[in-house]
Amino acid sequence: MFLALGSGARFLKTIYSSKILRFSTSAKMSVKFTNAKRIEGLDSNVWIEFTKLAADPSVVNLGQGLPDISPPIYVKEKLSKIAAIDSLNQYTRGFGHPSLVKALSCLYEKLYQNQIDPNKEILVTVGAYGSLFSAIQALIDEGDEVIIIVPFYDCYEPMVRMAGATPVFIPLRSSKPVYGKRWSSSDWTLDPHELASKFNSRTKAIILNTPHNPLGKVYTKEELQVIADLCIKYDTLCISDEVYEWLVYSGNKHFKIATFPGMWERTITIGSAGKTFSVTGWKIGWSIGPNHLIKHLQTVQQNTIYTCATPLQEALAQAFWIDIKRMDDPECYFNSLPKELEVKRDRMVCLLESVGLKPIVPDGGYFIIADVSLLDADLSDMKDNEPYDYKFVKWMTKNKKDSTLDAAEEIIKAWNVQKS
Amino acid sequence: MTKRLQAQRLNGIEHNPWVEFVKLSSEHDVVNLGQGFPDFAPPDFAMEAFRRAVSGDLMLNQYTKAFGYPPLTEILASFFGKLLGQEMDPHKNVLVTVGAYGALFTAFQALVDNGDEVIIIEPAFDCYEPMTLMAGGHPVFVFLKPSPIQDGELDSSSNWKLDPTELASKFTPRTKALVLNTPNNPLGKVFSREELELVASLCQQHDVVCITDEVYQWLVYDGHQHVSIASLPGMWERTLTIGSAGKTFSATGWKVGWVLGPDNILKHLRTVHQNSIYHCPTQGQAAVAWSFEREQLYFGQPSSYFVQFPQAMQRSRDHMIRSLQSVGLRPVIPQGSYFLITDISDFKRKMPDLPGTEDEPYDSRFVKWMIKNKGLVAIPVSIFYSEPLRKRFDHYIRFCFVKDESTLRAMDEKLQKWKAELKP
Repeated sequence: MFLALGSGARFLKTIYSSKILRFSTSAKMSVKFTNAKRIEGLDSNVWIEFTKLAADPSVVNLGQGLPDISPPIYVKEKLSKIAAIDSLNQYTRGFGHPSLVKALSCLYEKLYQNQIDPNKEILVTVGAYGSLFSAIQALIDEGDEVIIIVPFYDCYEPMVRMAGATPVFIPLRSSKPVYGKRWSSSDWTLDPHELASKFNSRTKAIILNTPHNPLGKVYTKEELQVIADLCIKYDTLCISDEVYEWLVYSGNKHFKIATFPGMWERTITIGSAGKTFSVTGWKIGWSIGPNHLIKHLQTVQQNTIYTCATPLQEALAQAFWIDIKRMDDPECYFNSLPKELEVKRDRMVCLLESVGLKPIVPDGGYFIIADVSLLDADLSDMKDNEPYDYKFVKWMTKNKKDSTLDAAEEIIKAWNVQKS
Repeated sequence: MTKRLQAQRLNGIEHNPWVEFVKLSSEHDVVNLGQGFPDFAPPDFAMEAFRRAVSGDLMLNQYTKAFGYPPLTEILASFFGKLLGQEMDPHKNVLVTVGAYGALFTAFQALVDNGDEVIIIEPAFDCYEPMTLMAGGHPVFVFLKPSPIQDGELDSSSNWKLDPTELASKFTPRTKALVLNTPNNPLGKVFSREELELVASLCQQHDVVCITDEVYQWLVYDGHQHVSIASLPGMWERTLTIGSAGKTFSATGWKVGWVLGPDNILKHLRTVHQNSIYHCPTQGQAAVAWSFEREQLYFGQPSSYFVQFPQAMQRSRDHMIRSLQSVGLRPVIPQGSYFLITDISDFKRKMPDLPGTEDEPYDSRFVKWMIKNKGLVAIPVSIFYSEPLRKRFDHYIRFCFVKDESTLRAMDEKLQKWKAELKP
């Protein structure tokens, strides 16, 4: 419920500050203490601002994408046991702890229907965020163009800019929902001609995110084929952010673009332990792809953080083995979590509708977007120069307080009463 | 794909010397004195802290604040504030990173631009050069010169010094930063106050940022004092001080590090951080915070880990120094750090033609021979030098003595066997 659309079909503004970075200098201070050019203009970050507001304990935080529910018990138990093992407190293999890359290779071989070399085709990173960074640093050069689909997870743009490349944007556009049907994330689509027009000889990569943050769109096979065809035609890379790959709701299926013909050799697929096992604070992610691409991400790794934390990787490996063995079982977390979240999704959709917020029902992911224009809130005392949705969220955060879905329900019911 | 795949910034930094040696070590029955990590457990209080972090508050499984878990940034600010004689704000003067390695990367990316020069003192931890290159910078090297020693005496890391005139000559209008590492890896040198004052005055004179890697700050021996250059007059405002929980609490696998510095420089590192990994894992940070809280209580007392650990490591160092000499290796006594280097010139004279690739420096060939034939792993010191100096400094190998008693005994067995095999 974090990002809201403005009136009509206005698209989310990219969260990017074009403010040029300056700092005040005293006589002693140095012109030389200026930032490197690669980070010029990348200093502002929307999360810093909003998490500060949400830190007020009386505020219901439905904003940031982190669960406040418990991770599965066996995940916690594994980490507890591992904490006692001496050797797991020391460095492990830089590109990924052996038992973890083995587990990942075993899991994903099932999904890719192909062998995946744990040492050459997998890199373990600091969260999926770290994989995005490594992939972009490894493969994107100054002067390259990178296609980003709007709306987008906010880090894609600054990471592309930090690599000296130019982001080229293309929006998902929504058709109006058919009368009587709920607005769905699947109503948001790419225009194939418009998409094709964004590709040229300078296009190094396209960043794909499915299931999508913030919309919750789960790209269909046909939609992915359009993207794949263009990648092959223009000899472009695909960086596919699939952190919510297990969070797909009834009637939808997650497809991996890397499994499409001609795509394995040009795709880096990114996953996240945080989103898979509801342990965002473990910050373990991974990149999977062909060695001729992964080796460059490995070069970045050995020159950035060298290795990720050992005990967490071992715990994650053991948790994976539990679920890999029962993938057809409803008890498998990969199956049980989406069922659990679908119920919460449906509940939230109803709540939002009940107060006149028009939700876009997501087919996957952690988030729901709601159109707030109908609420016509009085935002006159919020800062002038910000987009409507920023102001609305800040107004909502300051004025409507409490904690979790139950409490959110209380608040929303109270709004209802206020309105009538 | 037909396009060139990798970005230009990876040019020249693809090769990593460790990969080879780690692989070789795993293939033979060896005593591993190569890579710098303890093979014993972290202290009990640290293990307990980690246990608490992973079995306590559920929310520690989720994201924390991007720039550092608040109890950790608070304790770092208070603990190091006292040490550096500086009022430190946990939000402005502290950034938590993925190991000191991550701190170094973040610093280079934040400050070094295309064409900027970075002064690196050799021998240097091997990542400084590629990190400079990846940021488009130009590394400028200056090396510590060993003074001649008396026959029969052992060399010491304190004997290796910077030539002041030569150091001064390395500064140009393009110099953006100087990288300092004290205690030094691989040499073990602990820079004296006077040596730091020299570096400080040049940094101030030329308006240069000092990036100081102090991961081994607690590991100083023989009564030497670690001095943080940020505590010298005029230096706080131009210094980034990097530390490591891994080396502080013998828990290298936690990968928690930090940078301390003035807000106006640190804010650039925050920008890199929020656009690279954004958050560090929460539980490791919680464990480090509790560990520091414990040490703060015992600071300066005999039961402080920061007192006991270096005492124990000094004994291990001395044990290793005695043992290595029995086969004709000549150790250089380190004043600090995890490591000592040994002179292998005698072996170079007796066995000049060891197998290796063309252009492979002698120490690298020697280490491989030693791994395969003597069951001991060390690291060739030439990897800590820039290319032009590798042939000049190809007669030293580095050993890590921060190892369990049983490992040192196993080392002794290998050395005794080696000694027996030596030709008279």
